[in-house]
Amino acid sequence: MSATMATISYIGATILFILSLGGLSNPESSRRGNLYGMVGMALAVLATIFGPRVTAAGIPWIIGAMVLGGSIGLYAARTVQMTQMPELVALMHSLVGLAAVLVGYASYIDPSASVGFSPAEEAIHKLEVYIGILIGAVTLSGSLIAFGKLSARIGGKPLLLPGKHFLNLGGLAIVLYFGARFIGAHTIDDGMLPLVVMTVIALLFGIHLVMSIGGADMPVVVSMLNSYSGWAAAATGFMLSNDLLIVTGALVGSSGAILSYIMCKAMNRNFLSVMAGGFGGGGGTPAARGSAQPAGEVVSVTATETAELLREARSVIIVPGYGMAVAQAQHTVCEITKHLRAKGVNVRFGIHPVAGRMPGHMNVLLAEAKVPYDIVFEMDEINQDFPATDVTIVIGANDIVNPSAQDDPGSPIAGMPVLEVWKARTSIVMKRSMASGYAGVDNPLFYKENNRMLFGDAKKMLDEVLTALKA
Amino acid sequence: MALTIGVPKETATGEKRVATVPDVVEKLIKLGFKVAVESGAGDAANFSDDVYHAAGASVVHGTAELWAGADIVFKVRGPTSEEVGLMRSGGALVSFIWPAQNPDLLQALAAKRATVLAMDSVPRMSRAQKMDALSSMANIAGYRAVIEAAHHFGRFFTGQITAAGKVPPAKVFIIGAGVAGLAAIGAACSLGAIVRANDTRPEVGDQIRSLGAEFVPVEYEEEGTGVGGYAKLMSEGFQKAQLGLFAKQAKEVDIIITTALIPGKPAPKLITAEMVRSMRPGSIIVDMAAEQGGNCELTEPGQVAVKHGVTIIGYTDLPSRLAKQSSTLYATNLLRLTEDLCKTNSVTPADGLININMDDEVLRGATVVKEGSISWPPPPPKLSAAPPASAVAKPITAAPKGHGASRAPASATRTAIAFGIGALVFWFIGASAPPAFLGHLTVFVLACFVGYMVVWNVTPALHTPLMSVTNAISSIIAIGALVQIAPPMLGGGDARPDEAIRALAFAGIVLTAINMFGGFAVTQRMLAMFRK
Repeated sequence: MSATMATISYIGATILFILSLGGLSNPESSRRGNLYGMVGMALAVLATIFGPRVTAAGIPWIIGAMVLGGSIGLYAARTVQMTQMPELVALMHSLVGLAAVLVGYASYIDPSASVGFSPAEEAIHKLEVYIGILIGAVTLSGSLIAFGKLSARIGGKPLLLPGKHFLNLGGLAIVLYFGARFIGAHTIDDGMLPLVVMTVIALLFGIHLVMSIGGADMPVVVSMLNSYSGWAAAATGFMLSNDLLIVTGALVGSSGAILSYIMCKAMNRNFLSVMAGGFGGGGGTPAARGSAQPAGEVVSVTATETAELLREARSVIIVPGYGMAVAQAQHTVCEITKHLRAKGVNVRFGIHPVAGRMPGHMNVLLAEAKVPYDIVFEMDEINQDFPATDVTIVIGANDIVNPSAQDDPGSPIAGMPVLEVWKARTSIVMKRSMASGYAGVDNPLFYKENNRMLFGDAKKMLDEVLTALKA
Repeated sequence: MALTIGVPKETATGEKRVATVPDVVEKLIKLGFKVAVESGAGDAANFSDDVYHAAGASVVHGTAELWAGADIVFKVRGPTSEEVGLMRSGGALVSFIWPAQNPDLLQALAAKRATVLAMDSVPRMSRAQKMDALSSMANIAGYRAVIEAAHHFGRFFTGQITAAGKVPPAKVFIIGAGVAGLAAIGAACSLGAIVRANDTRPEVGDQIRSLGAEFVPVEYEEEGTGVGGYAKLMSEGFQKAQLGLFAKQAKEVDIIITTALIPGKPAPKLITAEMVRSMRPGSIIVDMAAEQGGNCELTEPGQVAVKHGVTIIGYTDLPSRLAKQSSTLYATNLLRLTEDLCKTNSVTPADGLININMDDEVLRGATVVKEGSISWPPPPPKLSAAPPASAVAKPITAAPKGHGASRAPASATRTAIAFGIGALVFWFIGASAPPAFLGHLTVFVLACFVGYMVVWNVTPALHTPLMSVTNAISSIIAIGALVQIAPPMLGGGDARPDEAIRALAFAGIVLTAINMFGGFAVTQRMLAMFRK
C-alpha cells in the first residue's frame, strides 16, 4: 500500500471517529456510533500495518501482540460487572498512559525517528517525546490510584499532605529543569537520566494528584484522566508526525475535558479547587458547618409502610445514588418500577449529573436492569415536577438532594444544583445510617416533616418493599 | 408498675368518635401500658368490643369501673362534671379541653389534683405536628364540609357535556385556607368544581394554587399572620375591603365554605344576611365556624337552615360524621403524644410509665393542669410556623465562581487579556517552529474544536459509554507502536537498538490491544442495554 493510500485511510478513520462520538448524542444512534468507532479503528490499524512504515518482518510480532492483548481485553469486557464500570474505565486509562510512555521511550532511543532533522526540528521532537512521556506517566499512575480508590482497595478519603501545593510546584520545577537538560543533551545516553527522573516525578505527581481527591469528586477525576489519555495520544502523534494520532488524541482529550467541566458545574465547584483536594482542604469553609444545625425530628419508617405509601401514590420519582450501586439494588428497583407501572403509577427516575462515581454511572446501571431510558430524566428535566409528585424515593444518595445547597449560604455545598426531592408530598430516604455524605455536610432533608427515613441496606430494604407491594 | 390507660365511651350527644382504635391499642401495649376500653366505646365508629379485645385491651363494663381503674384516661371531648366526679384523685387525663372557654372545668380538674393534657393546646410546631389533633380533625372536617355541601347541592360539581345537555361546573368559594380550608379545596377540586379561596395571610396563596384552586386576595396592604401560624384580627379598613370581595364572590358562586377562626375569639362575621340574599337560590353555605358563633350571620349552630333559598349548614360535629377516620387519626395523635411522654422517662423504655417533662416545649404547652395546679396558659411559643421573614430570605443565588462565571459574557478587559496572551503564544510558535510542526498544530487545534462541538451534543445518560468509547479510541496510540516495530530502514539505522525497541513496541501493542478490543466490546455491551 502506498503512502497516499495510507493517508487517505487515515482521513477515513478520522471521519469515522468523529461520527462515532456524534452517534452518542442519543441512545438510538449510539450503537451505530460504536460500530463506526470499531470500523475506524480497524481501518487505521490495517492501513498502518500494510502501509509503508511497517515491513513484513514486523507482522508476526504484531499479530502475536494483537491476539494476546485482544483476548485479554475481550475477556475483561465480557466478565466485568456493570457496577464495576468506573474501575474498568480507570484501569483502561492507565493502559493508554503506559503505552504512551513505552512508545515515547522507544521513539527516543530510535535514531531513525529523527534522521535528517534540522536542529530546531530535533529540539521540538525531543520536547514532544518529553511531554508525551510526562502526560503518559501522570495518566498511568493517576489512573491506577483512581482504580484503587474506586474498587475500595484504597480508602476514599482525600490524602492531604502538608504543603501539598509546594510539593506539586517543586515537582514541576524539577520537571522543567530536567526538561532543559534533556533537550540540551547531545547523545541518547546523556538524555536518558533526565528522562527517567522526569518519569518518576510524573508518576509520583499522578499518585499525589488522585490521592488528594475525595470520593465524591471521583467523576471529575475519571473524566479528567480520560482527557489525559487523549492528550497523551495527541503528544505521541506530534512525536511521530502522525496526524491521525493528533486528531484522535485531540478528540478524546477535549471530550474528557468537557466531561470534567460538566461534572464540576454539577457540583458548583471550580475545576482547580477539585484538583486542589477534598472538601475542607482548599476552598471549603468547615467553620460554617455548625452554623445551621437542622431542626426537627427524624421519622423512620418500615419497608411495609414504604410499600403502603407507594401503593397509594399516583406519581413516583426515584433518585438513585452511589448507595444503589454499592448495594447492587438496581434490579430490585427495576422490579418495583415494573410493578408500579403495571398498576398505572407514573414512575420516573431523576439523575443528578454527579450521582455515582463516574459520569452517567446511574444511567448505565438502570439500563443494565432494563429500566426503559425514556423514564430516566436529567436533573434539569425533572426538577420542576417534584411539587406534583406524591412520593420520592432517594436510594443511597445524600449531597445531591441536600436542601442546604439552596438555603444555607454558609454550607460547603452552597450553590450546587440539587434535586428538589423535598418538594414532593412525601420523600423517603433509604440510607444505612444517619452518617453524612462525602461532603461531610449534615442534610436538613432528613429532618423535614414530609421526609421519612428507611434505614438499612438498600438491596435488602427494597426486596422487602417489593415483597410487601406484591402481597 | 405499668400504668393503665382507660378509654371511656364518649357521652356527648351525637359524638361518634372514640379516643383509641385497635391498631393503636397494640402499639400502646408495646410501649408497656395496659389498656382498658369501656364496652361499646367504639360501636359508633365501627370498632366492636371484640376487636379491641383481640388487640389486647381489656373490655370493661360500666363507666364508673373504667374511670376507677384507669391511671390515664384518653377521651375525645372534655369531661362532663359527672365524669370529673368519677375521676381518680391524682389521675391523668388527655382530651380536648378548650381551657380558655372552660375555666370552671379547669378548676374542677385541679381540685381533683389531676394532671391534664389538652390536645387543643399542643403548640403548633413542626415537631408537634404528629400529635396536632386540631389539624387532623380540621382536615377531616374540611373534607366532610364539601361532602355535606355536595349532598345538599342540587347539581354536579364537575362540568359535563352530555347528550341531555350541558352541565356547568359548580363554583366553590372557600374562606380561610388553614388545614380545614385546604382540605376543603382539595376535596372540592377533585370533585371537579371551580374553586377559589381567600385568606388574610398572603403566604398561603401558593398552597392554595398548589391544590388547583385560584387564590383571590383582598387588595389591601396588611400582614395577616399572627403568632403560631394562625390568622389574627384585621384592621377596619381591611375588613371593609374583605367584605366587598366576599359580596362580589357571593353573587358569582354556588357554594361558600367558611373556615375563619381566630384563637380565643368569637368567629368573625364575614357573610352578612345581605350577601346570603344576593346568592342564587339553591346555593349552599357551609359554616365550619358554627361552634364559635359562625362566620355567617344567619347560621344556626348544629342545624341545617334554609334562608332566602340558600341552605346554610351549621354542623358542629363534622369530624364525628366520619367517625372511623377521625377516631383513627385522633388515636394516632394520642399515641404520638404518649410516645413523647415515655421518651422523657429515661430509666427503661417501654415500661408503661409517663413523665411530663415541663422543659419540653410541646409537653409544656399541652399540659394545662399539672398535679392539681393550673399551668395554663403556657408561655407564648417562640416561633411562628412559617416566619414570613424567612420566606423573603429564601432565594439565595450563589455567586457564580470558576467555570460557572462563563455563563455571563466575560468582561471586555478579560477577553482582551486572553486574546493578548493567545496572540503572544502564537507569535512565539510562528517565530521559532519549523513548518512541519505548524502543519500538525493546525490539525491539532482544529481537532480540539471539532471534539468540543461533537461532545457537547452527547446526552448525559450516555456519559459512561462516551468515556469507554473515547478510551477505546485513544488506543489509536497503537499506531505509534506499530510503526516502530519493524520500520523500513532509510539510512542512519546502523545504531538502532532493534531488540529493545521491538520489546517496547510489542508491549505497547499488547496494552493498546487490550484497550481497543476491551473498550469497544464493553461499550457495545453497555449500549445494547439502553432500551426504550
